[in-house]
Amino acid sequence: MDIRFEEVGYTYQKGTPFQSKALHDINLSIMDGSFTALVGHTGSGKSTVLQHLNALKKPTSGQVTIGDRVITHFSEDKGLKSLRKKVGIVFQFPEAQLFEETVAKDIAFGPKNFGVSEEDALNKAKELLPLVGLDETFMERSPFDLSGGQMRRVAIAGVLALEPEVLVLDEPTAGLDPQGRKEIMDMFYGLYKNQGLTIVLVTHQMDDVATYADHMIVLEQGTVMKEGHPRDLFKEAGWLASMQLGVPSTVRFAHELEEKFQWTFDPLPLTTDELAVQMKEKLARKAGERV
Amino acid sequence: MMEKLIFGRYIPGHSFIHQLDPRAKLTSAIWFIVIIFLANNWLTYLVLALFVLTAIKLSAINPKFFINGVKPLIWLILFTVILQILFTSGQTIWFRFGPIVISEEGILNGVFIFMRFVLIIFMSTILTLTTMPLSLTDAIEYLLRPLAAVKVPVHEIALMLSIALRFVPTLMDETEKIMNAQRARGIDFGEGNIYQQMKSIVPLLIPLFVSSFNRAEELATAMEARGYKGGEGRTKYRKLSWESRDTLVIAAFGLLSVSLFFLRT
Repeated sequence: MDIRFEEVGYTYQKGTPFQSKALHDINLSIMDGSFTALVGHTGSGKSTVLQHLNALKKPTSGQVTIGDRVITHFSEDKGLKSLRKKVGIVFQFPEAQLFEETVAKDIAFGPKNFGVSEEDALNKAKELLPLVGLDETFMERSPFDLSGGQMRRVAIAGVLALEPEVLVLDEPTAGLDPQGRKEIMDMFYGLYKNQGLTIVLVTHQMDDVATYADHMIVLEQGTVMKEGHPRDLFKEAGWLASMQLGVPSTVRFAHELEEKFQWTFDPLPLTTDELAVQMKEKLARKAGERV
Repeated sequence: MMEKLIFGRYIPGHSFIHQLDPRAKLTSAIWFIVIIFLANNWLTYLVLALFVLTAIKLSAINPKFFINGVKPLIWLILFTVILQILFTSGQTIWFRFGPIVISEEGILNGVFIFMRFVLIIFMSTILTLTTMPLSLTDAIEYLLRPLAAVKVPVHEIALMLSIALRFVPTLMDETEKIMNAQRARGIDFGEGNIYQQMKSIVPLLIPLFVSSFNRAEELATAMEARGYKGGEGRTKYRKLSWESRDTLVIAAFGLLSVSLFFLRT
């Protein structure tokens, strides 16, 4: 399912002295089956874009096309529910949304709202727990007795239980330890690779963008500055720095090597593995020259 | 939804009313509610209305905001007005239908009650729109200070008030975030029958309670960690200063009270 923004503008508190424009006629598209990273520093409009992805907000101008539904300022509020099932959103610090007595019930809450029977929903919960790195013993525990990281996983399972076609993640790993971060990101990547889920990731972690995303959108002050493959965008480290964004550690390392030893990397290595392969080649060639 | 809430919202500005000392504004607003009960004929209500309109003009705030302030209470006001019209006995009967008797005095009373409501709301709206909530609590603390002599923890009360006010916007943000998260999980707020709507409140309230308690605990820890101790000997960041314009306003209210006293019948 594609999501397209056409000339989308959004103004908060329109018509009051507090009005502020968050999005300025932006165009962007999120293709079916893609892993899109949405980056931009704080206040660039990421969260506002995010809330348009499943019609939690309606644009004040322009239109958003979600699958075959067109949402404009004048769209009715009724019947948007079906969209919410297709586009699941894991908000920032999603553990704040937990409320049920048990973990199982909380995960089953979403599917039940969309008409899945209690039994099926609970089975779904049981199925999902291992996927997010928890086991069945958690089923009957209270979500409020868990650690922060475990709560996060339960909340993520609660969104996955909707079986969305598009999964939107707003900094899903903020505040987790490195090991937990990698586990969670690998799990999302697995869903993208194996089940063909479309993923939209909002993040400040350029390493994650480099490792997982195949499409990258840079937002700044409510406009789309650039859109393209991370490999192309990360070439312009200076420009990204001017957007108050960095480059992944591999790219930084590669740039330093280029400066110091006049090496050139082509294509630009995005992951540690890619970097290692290219460095090995270059070092081997160097060793050959010396002999 | 949240965006329509007008109560307790401050609108920044530099008008005459904005610059007044919060103590002057608070006492005047309270005094106004007292003296409005002196009014009992057309002339007195006219004087009061003119007074309030002048104050609105001086506040340089769009009159739309004042109308919006009345809106949430309109049903309560109309209900009271209708009761007045129906149950005031009078000599001049205008309309009689079975047990329903409408007299001239009844209508008049209804109109006066309506005026009273609207004027009080306008006056208190002027106060809340032009005064920062924190300045208001400062004013309350100052005005309650005599009570400290009888061991009322005035500073603590004021601190609780300002913390409560401080967290209203935070709670609103939090509410909106949780609402969004639950809507994304298939909850329709404000749709369906009463039972469904009540049920949809639970997934909103529980997370809100949990986060409020967490927040309160964190705040207490943070204050403790910095050795916060209020009351005695503590200086203030925002100082209140009484200017001649504040005396002027109090004088205007005094004049208003006197004229009401003479004009009432």
